[in-house]
Amino acid sequence: MKADPRGVLTGVHFIDGDHACCEGALAAGARFAAGYPITPSTEVVERFASRVPTVGGTFIQMEDELAASIALQGAVWGGAKAFTVTSGPGFSLMMEHIGYAAMTETPCVFVNVQRGGPSTGLPTLPAQADMMQARWGSHGDYEVIALCPNSPQECFDLTIKAFNLAEEFRVPVMFMMDEVVGHMTEKVVIPAADEIEVVPRKHTHKSTKEYLPYQTNGNPVPEMAHAGEGYNFHVTGLTHDERGYPNMTPQTQDKLVRRLQSKVRAATDRIAMFEEEHLGDAEVAVVSYGITSRVAQRAVDLARQRGVKVGKLRLITAWPFPENKIKEVASRVKALVVPELNLGQMVREVERAAGGQAKTFAVSHAGGGVHDPQEILRVIEEANQCR
Amino acid sequence: MLIIITFSSGRLPFLKGDPVAKGTVHIVVERCKACGFCVEFCPTHVLALSSAFNSKGYHPPHVIHPENCSGCDLCGMYCPDFAIYSKKVNTGGGK
Amino acid sequence: MPVDETVNPVEPFLRSDRMPHIWCPGCGIGTTVNCFARALIESKIDLQSLALVSGIGCTGRVAGYVKLDSFHTTHGRAIPFATGLKLANPKLNVVVYSGDGDLAAIGGNHLIHAARRNIDLKVICVNNLIYAMTGGQTAPTTPGHATTSTNPYGTFEPAFNLPHLVEAAGAVYIARWTTFHVRQLARSMSEAFSKKGFSFIEVISPCPTLYQRRNKMGDGLDTMKYYKEKSKTRHGAPTNEVGLTLNGEIVVGKFVDRDRPDYEAMMRGQYVEALGDRYVECGEMVCS
Repeated sequence: MKADPRGVLTGVHFIDGDHACCEGALAAGARFAAGYPITPSTEVVERFASRVPTVGGTFIQMEDELAASIALQGAVWGGAKAFTVTSGPGFSLMMEHIGYAAMTETPCVFVNVQRGGPSTGLPTLPAQADMMQARWGSHGDYEVIALCPNSPQECFDLTIKAFNLAEEFRVPVMFMMDEVVGHMTEKVVIPAADEIEVVPRKHTHKSTKEYLPYQTNGNPVPEMAHAGEGYNFHVTGLTHDERGYPNMTPQTQDKLVRRLQSKVRAATDRIAMFEEEHLGDAEVAVVSYGITSRVAQRAVDLARQRGVKVGKLRLITAWPFPENKIKEVASRVKALVVPELNLGQMVREVERAAGGQAKTFAVSHAGGGVHDPQEILRVIEEANQCR
Repeated sequence: MLIIITFSSGRLPFLKGDPVAKGTVHIVVERCKACGFCVEFCPTHVLALSSAFNSKGYHPPHVIHPENCSGCDLCGMYCPDFAIYSKKVNTGGGK
Repeated sequence: MPVDETVNPVEPFLRSDRMPHIWCPGCGIGTTVNCFARALIESKIDLQSLALVSGIGCTGRVAGYVKLDSFHTTHGRAIPFATGLKLANPKLNVVVYSGDGDLAAIGGNHLIHAARRNIDLKVICVNNLIYAMTGGQTAPTTPGHATTSTNPYGTFEPAFNLPHLVEAAGAVYIARWTTFHVRQLARSMSEAFSKKGFSFIEVISPCPTLYQRRNKMGDGLDTMKYYKEKSKTRHGAPTNEVGLTLNGEIVVGKFVDRDRPDYEAMMRGQYVEALGDRYVECGEMVCS
């Protein structure tokens, strides 16, 4: 399906990542956002609040992030594509509702413009320290999808992708920006509406009599109905059967939770997006994501100038973790260097996936700024010495 | 499958002035939890808790004065277990 | 839905395959559901347009028992979920059906803000004065000196007077009944359906297992008799005078029935004033 032209601001723009994310959401068909002000993410919904009344939709500023993160799910069941936008402390408050979205299979997008933490931390400065929280923050076993843009252009492109994945898999998608990407202003090209692919809601074609809200029939992603259509369906965060009725037995739990997990995990390679460079002859690979990938690029270029056979692997999809890709790269290089704006999060996944085939080096940073390329370069050179 | 027991005198008056059943009470015995609301608040005292048990071990109500039922359905409105209701009886003739 | 004379009037509104329900003997929640069903019949509301949203707790389970589009959400968040649902599809009639702990404690902030916005929701708050599902802990509505599992020596925190709270916050329709007042309650629910804006109906309801038992108040039936004896109907009573005490009088009635523009009307008005023809009203947001 092509994008609704009303939401697409076709043209060449000079805007920051937050604004580009908002345009991506509008292009993807989002017509509802609920938010609560928090630096450095607020510009996304500020722009949405200004744009959406002329497009045919609603923005509501809720009383807190708990409210915002569930209001958007009410809107989804009312028929809208919806999202919320937050940062660090707000993201923490939304955790329960990420679990609710996973359990009820509510397609929606949570944008997190990451800032330094813990707690209030560094409201105006970047970090990438919510990566594990994005994956594991709500209680229980579940899967989400998380994407990491590294430029305003990607904030636009990947926001559309985030909505599309949410609809395809009926999962909450975490859009993991950071303060620098959010506030960086660059050229953003917005194509014509008919060049933008949009995944529609997986709406049921069954009659009101035949429809069971969580029946899967071969495809692990069930079909949805909306309130007001006569289906009289029930949605609960309790463990439920195909009818959507609470059924709290180990058997129902096993069947449900395994399906919630496998519908995403089984598609890991299809969901995985990454960018690679110089990996052909590389002996060292720098694995990075988000804003750090742009600093890592400089370090890789410098190392190449010095004759180090180093390549770059940029993760665009962080979750589900692109294990097979890491495994494959690890089998060809002697070391993996992982710079990130935290004290060691995705590096653990990289190390696990590498499975001892290559040595893993973290380049940690507590946040508040980006790495100095020289720090990454130093670790690349150190990694190059290992055998 | 719901088993509904219906009580009603179910007859038309033989003589002028004979009492007429104006309502019927329907009891879903297995749903009852014996709170006693219906017995207490029935305005015409049609009901009493039975000495019999249902399969959950509760004493459901039974009808002791069917001729008094007016079909007001107050029992149905009070019953927290959706286990009883009453209906007005069409006594023939008009509507 | 046509009324079938051969079945219980509440039956068509129930997910009969889920009966019997989990509520204890003498619990009043089922009674409120009867009144709700009668109100749906009386008001002739289009059932397809009706969605019911609950939070967590004993009353939160209402969503699972009614044959409507029904949402059992997270603890305290029924109102914000309902807000999103209503805004995405303004044609829906959205009812929030939940308990006192859910709506007034963990969800208290949402309650007052929804009333302030005057968003068009019908809130039915079954107030059993306690956290029942978790085992009888103190709620913000528990009257002073009552014994609970977390105040084993008696509560001492002042309780919320909910009608007063939501009146101050801006609700346009406020009534309180007990589960003894079934006909009045059904009528109030029916009135609320025809009212645009934030309506709040408090229903005082017995919790024989965890409130009455611990406070030696007898069972559900004893509580119903207490409601009959100690309730006083005072329509239009100033809400600051309707606070509840442990054994005292229960003031019931329709306290507030006033008109002010609801959220959608205010939103539309503001956008039309500011944007004129550029404003695109959001009808039903159906993403095919």
